[in-house]
Order: sequence, then structure tokens, then C-alpha cells
Amino acid sequence: MTAAGPLEGLRVLELCDELGMFAGKLLADMGAEVIKVEPPEGDRTRAWPPFLDDEPGPDRSLSFWHYNTSKASVTLDLREQGERERLRALIARADIFLQSGTPEGLAREDIAYEALQETNPGLIMVALSPFGQGMPREREAATDLTILAGGGPVWSCGYDDHTLPPMRGGGNQGYHTASHFAVMSTLVALLVRDETGRGQHIDVNAHAAANVTTEAGSYSWLVARQTVQRQTGRHAGMNPSMPSQVKCADGRYVNTGIPPRRPESFAAVCEWLETLGLTNEFLETPLLEEGMRRERFDLALLAQDEELQAIFGAGRSAMNFLASKLTAYEFFTGGQRRGFQIGIIYSPEEVLEDPHFVARGFPVEVEHPELGRTVTYPGAPYRFHRSPWCIRRRAPLLGEDNERVFAELEREGA
Amino acid sequence: MPGGLSHLRICDFTGQLAGAGATRFLAVFGAQVIRIEDPVHQGRWDILRGMPPYVDDRRGVDLGGAFNNHNVEKLGVTLNLRTERGKELLRELVAISDVVAENFSAGVMERLGFDYEALRAIREDIIYVSNCGFGHEGPYREFKTWGPIVQAVSGLTFSSGLPDQPPAGWGYSYMDHTGAYYMAIAILMALRHRARTGEGQWVDLACTEAGATLTGPALLDYTVNGRPLRREGSPDSNRSQHPPMVPHGVYPSLEEDTWIAIACRDDRDWAALGEATGEGWARQARFADLMGRLAAQGELDELMAGWTRARGNFEAAALLQETGIPAAAVQRPRERIDEDANTEAWGLWPAVQHREMGEVRVDGLPVHFSETDWRIERGGPCLGEHNEEVFGGLLGLSAAEIAALGEEGVL
Repeated sequence: MTAAGPLEGLRVLELCDELGMFAGKLLADMGAEVIKVEPPEGDRTRAWPPFLDDEPGPDRSLSFWHYNTSKASVTLDLREQGERERLRALIARADIFLQSGTPEGLAREDIAYEALQETNPGLIMVALSPFGQGMPREREAATDLTILAGGGPVWSCGYDDHTLPPMRGGGNQGYHTASHFAVMSTLVALLVRDETGRGQHIDVNAHAAANVTTEAGSYSWLVARQTVQRQTGRHAGMNPSMPSQVKCADGRYVNTGIPPRRPESFAAVCEWLETLGLTNEFLETPLLEEGMRRERFDLALLAQDEELQAIFGAGRSAMNFLASKLTAYEFFTGGQRRGFQIGIIYSPEEVLEDPHFVARGFPVEVEHPELGRTVTYPGAPYRFHRSPWCIRRRAPLLGEDNERVFAELEREGA
Repeated sequence: MPGGLSHLRICDFTGQLAGAGATRFLAVFGAQVIRIEDPVHQGRWDILRGMPPYVDDRRGVDLGGAFNNHNVEKLGVTLNLRTERGKELLRELVAISDVVAENFSAGVMERLGFDYEALRAIREDIIYVSNCGFGHEGPYREFKTWGPIVQAVSGLTFSSGLPDQPPAGWGYSYMDHTGAYYMAIAILMALRHRARTGEGQWVDLACTEAGATLTGPALLDYTVNGRPLRREGSPDSNRSQHPPMVPHGVYPSLEEDTWIAIACRDDRDWAALGEATGEGWARQARFADLMGRLAAQGELDELMAGWTRARGNFEAAALLQETGIPAAAVQRPRERIDEDANTEAWGLWPAVQHREMGEVRVDGLPVHFSETDWRIERGGPCLGEHNEEVFGGLLGLSAAEIAALGEEGVL
């Protein structure tokens, strides 16, 4: 038995498309009982690749597996009157009704908030949509790509070469951001309900969520009417900054972080070169030693101090030189142990094998009894010491919980 | 009626965005968030305090535009924790707080004498949420990070880019925003747990772990099928992987550095694209189903770009939207902030009053509550702006005592 999660005892009814399914997972992995309602043929994301052994099938989508851990699945044909009544009965016993989709989908009269609230005044209804409800652009069709393009993130990402297109970061992060706001808001509403006994309706706007998740992209304009410009692998800015990505000896990239700027960091670079026997091979070592000897750097005088400029230049070249001689992992750990904020640029799967992530127990094994095996999943985003995150069960098979849930409904006299 | 969380008090050591963004979310719903800053260094541990952008190019620790954005609706006090009296006042504050939040490097709170065990000795049910790049335990606990480093190590930087190019990564600290969202979730869930059981707890949030949960399908493709994202022709993040869609990308428009995103989801969208563009290539039988389009992705991207290059991005997006195809101009800041009817109607850019900066617009929230909505009116606190309100009003010190503590370097 795992310890109870912080949301133990909370009932969530999920009627979501791809926009809100991650919100349901975040609640379910923390102990909420999340019941996902699907059409009889299954949610459309069950048809999303990749698939187990690359063979499609309603219970074989790895994307569905990831986004639906710890949830239960019931199937309802919402074109049938009787099945719609069952849906209303499920909502009537829920603490939270989590919904996502187009405004037409959200606006179905029989599950409108006002009607539901009459039978369940404590109900918290959370509805995610691309542009918010009743908004000027609400009828526009949208996907993760168009949300991030219209919402600001894409403008800030890409390459120094502006003939290459600006980029959308991978992984459907536009949906994730909307889901994060849905969960934060749900929890606020729960704490409010503890005080007042009353639920409420929450309108979550994915386009707006992207808009307020762009850091300087927004506030540079809001405060100073300045427009950031994209750069390869680093912050978009008003003025070009120095490149920060270097290819290491093994062909993998690292983010070299902030180059040496203090006498101690020059001493650390000198020691690093010395340890590797590279002091003489690096031609600018005398400048590094000069940097190490100076008591302090006066950055205000940088523009006039040509030697200081040369010292800083040598510090940067030394980091690039070291990277070219080491594997990305050696450079990352060697640099961090010497106080440099360096990052190895891992491909996602490489994270699961990193010793730090392994030592913290980040990769977790989840039983798939129908396959007679376990599967490795990404683990906890946060470590609660008393009420831990936990995948309670692998994603549900289609309609797996019909019998149990509908029997519960009967017993409760719905 | 705003103020849904006005029954909560947060003792807030956070800074930058990864931490400050979390307590901001609580403050705008009415929680009393008290930022504690070091008077000796004028609060500059939070480097954003004095960083651009500035209003009218006026500079100083109270004039950083990003700081103001991330700290609206909070109170700010100064407290020198090197002094015994400073520690004593912090203990008094913790005793009346629900939550202590921080995003220092691992080990800092311990050195200050306020790790979880110490906090718990002051208040048994305290909730303590720490947030740093690699967490407080494990081989890299001493390693230092900021947003781009977190993104690099968690797999997100690699996931953004074109094949045969270096990683494009993220042009901003996506994981500072998102780390803050996870931190807010952690605080709120721990409060829920306390409401149920009476127990407080420590939550150790490592931003690199939070980041690594955001690439799930790619991870499972590897653990189940042995297919890594690092492979020939991958990643290609403007294309759609889950689910497959073609054409799908960011295409050039008429003016220099203007772009349009188009996502053709299915055969219906494809047929509509033929209607909307009237192009012969868009009606060829070999592209009629997804398999045919997937086999010709590169060719279709070229053809699509040929059409988009002849048009303005907003005009083309409107044309495609008329037939229900997801399309959007890649909006630059001015376009989405000042010219987008949707962000305007939503009230997404509220103006705050800041004591030194005057009226400044900030990020609003992408949610609206029917009963207890957020409110953003007050700007970020100037250094020590609320010393009297907190040390006087909450802890009961007299004005003379507060003045003396200021002179002694405690505040």
C-alpha cells in the first residue's frame, strides 16, 4: 500500500479532449479518484501514436498511457438520453467536473454549470478551451501548434538565422500549460470551498495561458515597448547575446552557462586545465592566470579595460576548448563540480539513465498486468514527504471500470 | 468577490521567476504573501530587482520591470538573518504563517538555521516547499541551475529544433514559469492535505524532474519500443508527432520575418485546405489520405510555403479559419498584447500601481472564476515597503522599535 495522496477522497469526473487530459493525470497521481468518460469506441487520443510494438489498438497508445495514469475509464454514448442521465448522475456525486474542448462541446445545455450546480452546490467545474468561453476568437479551430504560435512562445524560439522558421518546442507544451493553470485553479477553488461550502465555475483559456508564459517576451513590451528577437538555444532578447551552446567531443551539445567572470572562476578553469594536462595546449592560459591574479574586476570599466576584455574572451574560449576535449557528461559534471552553471543537453530518454535521477528514484516501474510486464514511466514532479505522488494504476483499458462505477451509482440510488 | 485565499499567510523567501511566480498565483487570490529580503544586499539576491526592462529608463532596486511583474499583490519586508533579533522576528513570523516557500540553492535554509526540522519546531503543521534545479537530495544537490540549464538537463531543450541543426531550445525560461506552476500546485496540495489530516510537511521540488515529466510520450516510446528521440531526422518539433498531422508547420509569409502556423488535422481539414487555397496540388488524389501526405511531408511543406509566401500571415490565417482549419499568425509581442481582440476582451494585461514606477501593465491570469476571481492592482513591493505593516501590524512592534531595528541593521 502506498501512503495516501493529498487529494485522497476527492472525486473528479473528466470529460476532456487532449487539452485537459494532463490536468486529470496531475490530480489522479496525487490521489484523486478521476473517472474519465469516453465514447463507446474510446477517446480519440487512444488512436495517437506511438503504440506498443508500433501496432495500433485502443489499449496500445503510449501517449494515452502517459496521460491517463491513475484514472478509471467508463464509456457512455452521450447521444443516448439514458446515458446522458448517467453522466449527470456521475457529475452530481463529483467534487470536480473537469471538461475541455470547443465552445460548442462545452456549451451542451444539460451539463451547463447552472443546471449542475442546483443539484450539487459544492461542484467545482473547470472548463478548458482554446480561447476561453464567450471570447471574440472562441470559434477559431486550434491545436497545440496554433495556440503556441498565436500566444507568443513560438515568436521567441528558434535560431540566430531568421530565414529558418521560429520554433514550437516539442511535447504539446501548450496543452500542458493550460492544464497546469486548470490544476492550480481547481486547488484554489477547493480551498475556497473548504471555507464557504460553495463550488464555482472556472474558465481556462489556453491562448491566454501561452501569452502569460513567455517571460520577457511579454514584459519587455508591457513595460518598455521593446520586442525580443529569437536566438539559437538561448533567451530571445533586444540585443544579440553570445552563443551558449557548444558541441562536445562526443557530438552532444552542452549549454555552457555563464562564462568565468570572477577571479575564483578563473582559478577554477586553470585548475581544470591543469588536471586534464591541457594547460599548455590551451594558448590563452596566460590571460586566465592574469584573471586569477587580479583582485577584483570592475565591470563598470569593462569598455575601457582592454586587458579585462581579453581576459573575459579567454575565459569563454577556455570553456569552449574544454568542451571540445571532453564528452558532454564529463564537461557538465566537471564544470558543475567547479561551480559553473553548465547543463548537458539530454535527449528526454537520456534523463532516465542519469545517476542523479536514478538515485532520486525518478524513473518508476508501473505494472501492466494484462501484458504480464512492467513499464518504466517518468516519476514524481515533486516529492511530498507525507502524502506522496504515485501512479496508482496504469491507464485504464477502454471501459475497464464500467461495472464497478455503474454499480456504485445504482447503490447510491442514482 | 475576490480574496478567496485571504485566510492564508505565506512566509516567502522566493525570487526570480521559478519561485516568485508560485507565490504570485496565491497572492492574486488574496493570500497574504510576505516577501522577506536581505537589507544588507538590498534584496539583490533576486537579481530581477534591478534588472531591465525599466519604465522611462529609470534604474534601481525598486525599478526592475520583471520584478514588478512577478511580485504583484505581495508585501515586502527586510530582515537581516545574520542577527539574533532578525532570526527571532522570523520565528515569530513563521509561527503565524501557513507556508514557508523558497527557491534558494539546496542547503541555504539549513545554513540560515531554518530547515524543515527547525521550522517544524516553531510550528508543528508548517508547510515547507523548497524549489531548486536538482532538489535537496541526490548526487547533484550542490549543482547550480537557472532556467536554460534546467531545460537542457530535463530533455526540453533537445526537444525543440530542426533536424541537422543544433537544438533551438526555448527562447525564455519555460521551466521558470513551469517550475513556479508546479510549486504553486505543491503548496496548494499540501494545504489540502493539512486541511484533511492536520499534518504539515516538506515538499522537495526539483525543477529538472518537473521538466522531465513533460516529455512523456517520447520517454515511453523509448522505454517500451526502444526508440530514442535522438535519432536520424529527429526531433523536428514544428511537425506533429502525437498525433500525426500533415501539413503541419510554421511557414513563411509575405513580409520579412513574418510567419504562419498551420495544422491540417485530418482528411476533412485537407479537403477544406483544397477549397480554401484553390491550389491544384491540394486536390491531388495521392495526398487525399494521411498515409499519402505523411509519405510526402517535405514536398507538401514546400508547396504549402509557396502558397503562404504570397500572402500576409493574418490574412492567410483568417482565410483558412473560415473553413475550420487551425491556423494562426506567429504573433509578435505588439500584435498579441495590443492588437489581439481576445487578450483585450479577457482582460489579460491589467495595470498595477507601483510606488516608484507608477502605472505599469503586467501579466494577468488565463483563468476566470465565477465567484472568487483574481485581482491584480498593487505593484511589486519596494524594498522594505511593508516593514511597518508587518512588524508593527502583525507582530506588534512600535514605530520606535521598528525605527531602532532599522538603525541597528536588523531591518
